[in-house]
Amino acid sequence: MAASDSARIGEYVTEHLTYLTNKPQTSLINFTVINYDTVFFSVLLAALFAGSFYWVARRASAGAAGGAPRGFQSFVELIVEWVDSQVKDVFHGSSRLIAPLALTIFCWVYLFNCMDLIPVDLLPDIAKGMGIPHLKVVPSTDLNVVFGLSLTVFILTIFYSFKMKGALGFLAELTLQPFTSKNVFVQALFVPVNFLLESVTQIARPLSLALRLFGNIFAGEMIFVLLALLTLVHGYAALETFSGWGLAIMQLVLTFAWEVFHLLIITIQAFIFMVLTVVYLAMAHEHH
Amino acid sequence: MHINLTLLVQMLAFAALIWFTMKFVWPMILGPMQERERRIAQGLAAADRGEEELKQARAGAESIVREARERAGAIIDQAQRRGNEIIEQARAAASQEGQRVLNAAQQQIELEATQAREQLRRQIGEIAVAAASKLLEREIDPRAHEALIDQLAAQI
Repeated sequence: MAASDSARIGEYVTEHLTYLTNKPQTSLINFTVINYDTVFFSVLLAALFAGSFYWVARRASAGAAGGAPRGFQSFVELIVEWVDSQVKDVFHGSSRLIAPLALTIFCWVYLFNCMDLIPVDLLPDIAKGMGIPHLKVVPSTDLNVVFGLSLTVFILTIFYSFKMKGALGFLAELTLQPFTSKNVFVQALFVPVNFLLESVTQIARPLSLALRLFGNIFAGEMIFVLLALLTLVHGYAALETFSGWGLAIMQLVLTFAWEVFHLLIITIQAFIFMVLTVVYLAMAHEHH
Repeated sequence: MHINLTLLVQMLAFAALIWFTMKFVWPMILGPMQERERRIAQGLAAADRGEEELKQARAGAESIVREARERAGAIIDQAQRRGNEIIEQARAAASQEGQRVLNAAQQQIELEATQAREQLRRQIGEIAVAAASKLLEREIDPRAHEALIDQLAAQI
């Protein structure tokens, strides 16, 4: 492999890892930088979800007097009912927030992940044709997105813990378990230990929630990028040789196989994100 | 791999989306669904009830028909019995009447036979007397035969 080839491969991979930003970001955290592509696609998908579901909701309300659901409405109702049953399995109280939140998360994350199924170079190449230098199309491979989701869930968890248990109740939950003692002094000694453990538990939740989704989808996208490398260097010239054809067919087969497998992964990851969110919020509602 | 303003934008967008779903999507889809579910459940319950009622009605109708059939049988039995009775009675009455008529006729016959015999006896007596008187007109001595005539008359 020539040096220019490896340089081209490095360039290609880097391109797929570069966001469309207002200015280059050098430090890890810099709140003056914004990823236009991520915001664009996540808001677009949010609009797709909200718009289509709102359309169904209006139709469902209008047709409440009679009339069976048809087509897309049945599909949406299927999802809503499924989410509702999933939530009811985990959370037994009454909350106006949790079920809609679960639906939002599942659909939105699923749509994020679905962007991964679009051929990796299609949208970036179109963007390049329109004069846009970089485009990352899968919002769930952006740490900002996954942490945006998980931190919002975290804030809601803290909010509901306060609301349902009161400040004292929540504090007691953070400090009086898992180690308990009947002796007051021993219990007092346990308080800092408990607080440390519980804090780690609380903070680990949004971290794991975000990174699990990020890791799976990012890895999936990287596989597609790496499969694209098979025929990257030679381009259409590869089709003039027998081995070139072999590589092209191999890329086709492997990409297809990975797409099929990835279809499973993106669904499962969206589902896990939803269920864990419901579990965390249910735990915030429960008294210990 | 950078954290930047996108995070905050994402959180705001997420919050807005949750609010929208909570406000407009979830209740407007689940509400009609539950309403429909309730109506379907009602419909099924009504169908069950209807079937149950139909079953009961069918059982009721069957029992009514059975009862009617039994009653009809009883009525026919009774009518037959009654008819037999009437025929028996009529037969008894007829035979009684026949006996009576027969008796009356026999009595009549006896009466008439007695009368005829009486009449005959008288006529024979008269004829005998007339014959005797004709025979004796010439040669009889009224005195000598007086006793005989008397005896004869008494005998008849």
